[in-house]
Amino acid sequence: MGKRAATCCKKVTAKKEYRSQPMAVPATLSTLVVLPFVAALLIAAFGGAQRWVHSGLAAAGSAIGLALILSVAGPVIGGDILSVSAPWVPAIGLDFSLMIDPLGLMFAGLIFGIGLLVVIFGHFYLADGEATGRFFASLMLFQGAMVGIVISGNILLLLTFWELTSLSSFLLIGFWRHRADARQGARMALAITGGGGLVLIAGMLMLGIVAGSFDLMTILQSGDIVRASPLYPVILILILIGCFTKSAQFPFHFWLPHAMAAPTPVSAYLHSATMVKAGVFLLARLWPVLAGTELYTGIVTSVGLFTMLFGAWAALFRHDLKGILAYSTISQLGLLVMLLGFSIEMAAVAAVLHILNHAAFKAALFMTAGIVDHETGTRDIRRLGGLAKAMPVTALIATIAAGAMAGIPPLGGFISKEMMLYETLEISLFGLPWLVPVVATVAAALSAGYSLRYAWQLFFGRPRDPEPQAKAHDPAAGMWISPAFLAVLAVLLGLAPMLIAAPLVTAVSSAVIGRAVPEVELALWHGVNTALVMSIIAVAAGVLMLWRHGTLLRLYEGVRHLDAKHLFERGLGMMDAAVRKAIMLVHRPSLQRMLFATFAVVALVMAEGAWIGGGSLTGTREGLPASPVAIFAWLLLIAATIAVLLNERQRFRVLIYISVIGLIITLGFIHLSAPDLALTQIAVEVVTILLLLLALNLLPKTPPVLSRPSRRWRDGMLAILGGLGIGGASWAMLTRDPGQTISSFHLANSYSGGGGKNVVNVILVDFRAFDTMGEIIVLGIAGLAIYALLDTTSRGTAGERLRTWQEDMPHSPESHPVMFVMATRILLPLVLAAGLFIFLRGHNEPGGGFVAALVVAIAFMVQYLASGFDWTDSRRRIGEHFLIAAGVLLAIATGLGSLLFGANFLTSAFGYFTLPLVGELELATALLFDLGVFAVVFGAVMQTLAQLSHISQRAARAHAARSRASSAENGA
Amino acid sequence: MIGYTVIFGLACLTLALLLNLWRLLRGPEVADRIVALDTMVINAIAVIVLIGIADANDIYFEAALLLAMVGFVGTVAYCKFILRGDIVE
Repeated sequence: MGKRAATCCKKVTAKKEYRSQPMAVPATLSTLVVLPFVAALLIAAFGGAQRWVHSGLAAAGSAIGLALILSVAGPVIGGDILSVSAPWVPAIGLDFSLMIDPLGLMFAGLIFGIGLLVVIFGHFYLADGEATGRFFASLMLFQGAMVGIVISGNILLLLTFWELTSLSSFLLIGFWRHRADARQGARMALAITGGGGLVLIAGMLMLGIVAGSFDLMTILQSGDIVRASPLYPVILILILIGCFTKSAQFPFHFWLPHAMAAPTPVSAYLHSATMVKAGVFLLARLWPVLAGTELYTGIVTSVGLFTMLFGAWAALFRHDLKGILAYSTISQLGLLVMLLGFSIEMAAVAAVLHILNHAAFKAALFMTAGIVDHETGTRDIRRLGGLAKAMPVTALIATIAAGAMAGIPPLGGFISKEMMLYETLEISLFGLPWLVPVVATVAAALSAGYSLRYAWQLFFGRPRDPEPQAKAHDPAAGMWISPAFLAVLAVLLGLAPMLIAAPLVTAVSSAVIGRAVPEVELALWHGVNTALVMSIIAVAAGVLMLWRHGTLLRLYEGVRHLDAKHLFERGLGMMDAAVRKAIMLVHRPSLQRMLFATFAVVALVMAEGAWIGGGSLTGTREGLPASPVAIFAWLLLIAATIAVLLNERQRFRVLIYISVIGLIITLGFIHLSAPDLALTQIAVEVVTILLLLLALNLLPKTPPVLSRPSRRWRDGMLAILGGLGIGGASWAMLTRDPGQTISSFHLANSYSGGGGKNVVNVILVDFRAFDTMGEIIVLGIAGLAIYALLDTTSRGTAGERLRTWQEDMPHSPESHPVMFVMATRILLPLVLAAGLFIFLRGHNEPGGGFVAALVVAIAFMVQYLASGFDWTDSRRRIGEHFLIAAGVLLAIATGLGSLLFGANFLTSAFGYFTLPLVGELELATALLFDLGVFAVVFGAVMQTLAQLSHISQRAARAHAARSRASSAENGA
Repeated sequence: MIGYTVIFGLACLTLALLLNLWRLLRGPEVADRIVALDTMVINAIAVIVLIGIADANDIYFEAALLLAMVGFVGTVAYCKFILRGDIVE
């Protein structure tokens, strides 16, 4: 058997270079990463479907992924490194580069394999009526992020996926949103692992700069350069913080026990093979670059060692089943980190083997904890006991898995634990050769103690509480099949390690170390040696601890322990307060002050430019003659503006004057030959007035004076100065020749490049379509924000104010005059036709999606106005949210469509067609894009209208109810 | 000939707009102001059409059409506000 491992290693050295790859490789690798995300999208798309659809999609995704991994397993273990690379953002060295070597292969296999088992388990675990769509979609999102980490070939790409795991685990841990502990646990996990991720980014960027490339392969080969660099200590510590936060190493361990608020399938997935192993994976991945120095060995070994001891000690005294498993996970992760910290090759081999073992037994244990919780209704080990009779299958599985965790032969855990103990003899920490072996043995004893306690107190002995006992029974096979499979694996890892693990472990270890490892001999029996003695001592001490557990527990509970959660929350609170203070220093919540600062800075910059540039204000361009009509219109504008100023507190009157200003501006646009702007201005004006009137109904019609006269004078002066400044700048601009501008390019290329004669529209939907896309997304977000902000007004102080709102104007008795209703119904098709006309014609003549949307919105708003909200709303088929989302998606899809034809994003195509009766017709893809614009604008406007009128109606109902009540009182 | 007509028309409309402005500023009732605004919109439509005739350009007529079609909505909304407070009930 040893021979086989050796030949395997030779192959590795021989084929280190990239080989020419078959065509299928890039597709396989990309599929591996994309697959889970596609599954997540599909599950989310069928969110309302039956549970089996969700779990089926998730299971199919995981199974295909696993099959793909198995299909490449042979060549990869044989020594091939499969890779694919495409430039993504070449300017910063970010390639979409995937690479699969034995290390990545093992982790990807675990991620898909355990993922499949967890999906099966989760299907049976979740209760009816739970949001299974959200659950499995988040799970697949997380799976994709994990796979991305382990097969990234570029460290920037790896960082992207790393952040994604933090985010998706946040969703998973906080899955039960209604529970405060789930929300807090999710927040804590995100703060710690996400914060660590930020530190990691800094470390990885420095690593990439020192190594001269962000390509993982290049970095792995420049270990000597990195270790010799003066930046090495900084890089090392930053990267270690990233790994330690993710892998829950002391002092960042405390998020993991709180993450137990997640559903058990999530815990089984995150804390056996995936999330927390990401830190271990990165340590292993960067082992050839970072390991080997005294600093590395000192930090990593001592942190791992302490975490192993501390976690095992804490686990011994938890009462929650998942709490025991959480602290045991911390301890086992400490063990792995410690082994990688030794910087000895054989220790790395032991770590690789233990990763496999831990994934198998820990996932099985979490699932059995879930089964016990599911079938008895409690996870408190003090209330359980003697369950072996009621649930023999579960008991068997859990006992085997716990035995593996305790390191009892002939199970897999025994081999890796013995290897670990053997390697501790090689290491001398802080100049003390006995320190590591002794502490490791104590930790091994503790872990034997908690593992045996988990099995013994749960399934054997006398039942302690009759109530959970009465319900207990083995679950259906669907629920125990996953942990049973893992338990069998744990047994096989012990009985036949050379057969099922050795080739993989050898190949993976070679990948970790960066060169071929010596023969790996995996066996239960190595003859009597120190490691065996240590192992026996550990198990014996573990049994002793179980026997004397009550005494130990009293001892433990006698000591006051620091509450990490409390400390964390206090630290967070302090940071919050400090940040708030810092923000208040630079960002007072006063609109006036912020505007003042903004304008003052702009004015200073411009004044400086004018001062240095010199020259006269008036340029050399010749003016145009002003017609008498224009002069009178100008006077009208000034008069209306002054009227607004003088009537500032008569809000309704101000609105009327503003209408005049809008009207004059429309005339101005027409006078200056800008029909597009004129159309838009007319529509915008009407919509604005309607929305402002809706809001004004609930606001004071004549607000009181709040600021002091001195302040009003100051603000007045500022306003005059600002007006003069802008006026002066316009004057300076308008009296000069513009010279060569972009508009001449637009004019020249509008028809030939964009297929439209209306330059304004072609700019919007073609030349600068990317801008427009950004703008409609912003508009959509604004629409949703209006919804979010106004929807909360039914609660809290705002809700209270609305409920006590008094109507402050006398009312006419007639709410929906018939004449008005009839007129508007006739108007509707006419305005819609005009809207359609404006929309279709937009590409060549004034118009387009934006104006058309406003016109159509006005047509519908008038119906709301005339016939009332209820009448109109009950005839509405399509929701505003849908319109906004569909519009944005349509615009993006149109843009992406051009990629299919090999053109750049958002390139438009157009052609001319002749239809009978209609005549020549131009169809451009830009029209589809414009339709997206239309939908978003229309949706956002109607959204605002609906929300504002909702509030008014709530207030009016409350007012009516109160006046009815008071009149009833008066009548009595 | 058409040139003089347009000039005469524009002069009349300018005068009308100024008178509208007077009513708009003086009031005295809110209803007076709203009617003044509405008349102003109608006069503006006429101004747009006249500008179109003067420039011999029919593109402006659409602005006039749109203003005619939706310009009254503002007036209606102001009235509804005065009568009922909430314009969408």
